[in-house]
Amino acid sequence: MTVASPESFQGSLQPQGWLRYFSFSLDHKVIGLQYLVTGFIFYLIGGALAGVIRTELASPISDFISRETYNEVLTLHGTVMIFLWIVPVVNGGFGNYLIPFYVGARDMAFPRLNAVAFWMIPPAGILLISSYFISGAAQSGWTAYPPLSITTPAAGQVVWILSVLLLGGSSIFGAINFIATVLKLRQPGLKLMQLPMYCWAMLGTSILVVLSTPVLAGTLILLSFDIVAHTGFFNPALGGNVVVYQHLFWFYSHPAVYIMVLPAFGLVSEILPIHARKPLFGYTTMVYSILGIVFLGLIVWAHHMFTSGTPPWMRLFFTIATSFIAVPTGIKFFNWLATLWGGKIALNSAMLFSCAFIFHFVFGGITGVALAQVPFDIHVHDTYFVVGHFHYIVYGGTVFVIFAAIYHWYPKFTGRMLNEDLGRLHFLLTFVGFNLCFLPQHWLGLNGMPRRVAEYDPAFTTLNQASSIGALLMAISTLPLLYNVIWSAFRGQVAGDNPWRALTPEWLTSSPPPVENWVGAAPLVHEPYAYGVPADQIDLNATSGRDLWSDGRS
Amino acid sequence: MTSLAPSSTVVTTTSLAQPVEAVEHGHGDFRMFGLLLFLVADGMTFAGFFAAYLTFRAVNPLPPGSNYELELLLPSLNTVLLVVSSFTFHRGGKQLLAGNRSGCRPWLLLTAALGSAFLAGQMVEYFSLPFGLTENLFASTFYALTGFHGLHVTLGVICILVVWFQTRDQGRVTASEPFGLEAAELYWHFVDVIWLVLFGLLYVL
Repeated sequence: MTVASPESFQGSLQPQGWLRYFSFSLDHKVIGLQYLVTGFIFYLIGGALAGVIRTELASPISDFISRETYNEVLTLHGTVMIFLWIVPVVNGGFGNYLIPFYVGARDMAFPRLNAVAFWMIPPAGILLISSYFISGAAQSGWTAYPPLSITTPAAGQVVWILSVLLLGGSSIFGAINFIATVLKLRQPGLKLMQLPMYCWAMLGTSILVVLSTPVLAGTLILLSFDIVAHTGFFNPALGGNVVVYQHLFWFYSHPAVYIMVLPAFGLVSEILPIHARKPLFGYTTMVYSILGIVFLGLIVWAHHMFTSGTPPWMRLFFTIATSFIAVPTGIKFFNWLATLWGGKIALNSAMLFSCAFIFHFVFGGITGVALAQVPFDIHVHDTYFVVGHFHYIVYGGTVFVIFAAIYHWYPKFTGRMLNEDLGRLHFLLTFVGFNLCFLPQHWLGLNGMPRRVAEYDPAFTTLNQASSIGALLMAISTLPLLYNVIWSAFRGQVAGDNPWRALTPEWLTSSPPPVENWVGAAPLVHEPYAYGVPADQIDLNATSGRDLWSDGRS
Repeated sequence: MTSLAPSSTVVTTTSLAQPVEAVEHGHGDFRMFGLLLFLVADGMTFAGFFAAYLTFRAVNPLPPGSNYELELLLPSLNTVLLVVSSFTFHRGGKQLLAGNRSGCRPWLLLTAALGSAFLAGQMVEYFSLPFGLTENLFASTFYALTGFHGLHVTLGVICILVVWFQTRDQGRVTASEPFGLEAAELYWHFVDVIWLVLFGLLYVL
């Protein structure tokens, strides 16, 4: 280590070693792991809350917890999982770790802003969780629809708003950083259309965050006025309009689904080619379908409001626009399949989770197209069908990709491999548990079981119990993962710099990478997916900088 | 490795390293780009408010006899103040870039004074209006929109004063390092444009 001494980079006051993970570090890799670990802790909390929900729903009457507590738990579960686990991890976690590598940079464009964005998350999370113990948490669901959110106890709701505002701010700062890094910090000679797909996914996601998150912030500020100052923006009793809240809320929260799932698309597009030893199929169409999803994602929000008295022309427009989203997502789906087709597939944990993602995402996508159709949606609106659909997208989709990404990039994070047997056990439990938990919910919803209610018709008992057993399996499935991650950090098989023989730039340095990512010059990777090409046809200097890498691992 | 390979590698590295290092460590200044993105986000907050306001106007008629009359004189004067302040700021910025720091500072002070006068005018308006925050939907929206914009003006005035302080002798804002001033100026123009839209929607429409 002679070229890049940490002091020259961060100032001598920065702690080194494990302490830096608890500091205001400016290193994008430290920040990425801070996001990842913090997010995972909140995943465990949100999962425990889900366990409480499923325990309550194992029987038709409200016996395990009171109805009010059920509402609080349900609200916290949704908010924690979306705003403190999925959004921070797929964006902030992997984004911060990988994007600077992919653009050939030493760090993000604004390292200090990056650290600020991360450190807004723990206070927001603690604020949110502690509200349960101090004043009672919010009870109006993660959507906080008025007039419910105005009439339920105010203290928990205001804390919820503050917390979401903080998290939204963090998300916006992060997005500004990603856009600037991808567009402005690229290595000279690296063209946009040569970037790994995850860069495009993060660019699209960040555009959505910048355009839509502020609208949610403004809406929540108005809502807090309604609660605290008794204005009537969304209060019909005072001449206000609840549907305006729904429009503004979904203008953010529909794109939020893409904010959660687009980065997962990007990550899975990195993982599949490496483990199938084939180039990513249809790079250009992938890019344009991401941009198409970004555009369409901004103009479909009212499909959440087909039962809110929306006029027929609006229903027609939003049905058509929503159905169109199936086109770019379908392109991506077939591109992934074509990437796998005829590949030399290594069916390891990362690949298993990625394939399960494709399966779940298609299933959730099909129910999504179904939900876009007004007559069907009116029938199943606010039933468990929606819950099932939603979890197939965000859990079966994004969370499965997060797990795949953990197995894939853990060797880079720590220099050690995760145990494959434990990984496959984790996959099996998660896959079976997830499908057992959420598949029956479609049937329950079709037959009219409403969501967000602590009690239900005893006719639904059997399937609810099956669903609860699935949830239990999912809870158990985190144990092999936790054990694996901790055990492998100390005892895992040493990975070497590039255990997957990958060509993307994060693998062309040591594991874990040095503070400024490469000891020597950054490799210039023009073809990040040049797998399956005969060795004598690749110009190593031009495509991967592999000689620079062997220099850089020192 | 053969004896040939490392030497050729070193050559590649150093010849590559020169421009790369220069770009990465003294990399271009993207702060204005970042600010621009932030202003897009901030603008979207206002866009949400405007959308809410217009929808309220369209579908939520106020109950008969509601009190929502606005005076036009004072807000028009305020509008003039804010538009003029954008020009005075720009004038000061040009002075700084021309290397004339002492010529820049009075313009900054004048801009801050105009901004403060705007805020004072808005206060006078608030206290002379016949309706309060919770009177009706229009009143609530009026105070929320102008108040949120007023917060932006307040922040802008603070930024201008900070920049004014930083343009003193030995200050960090100079003709070669004008970021602080340029950022404050861009933000100020943004706040100005938002006000013009807001004025059109709230007072004229």
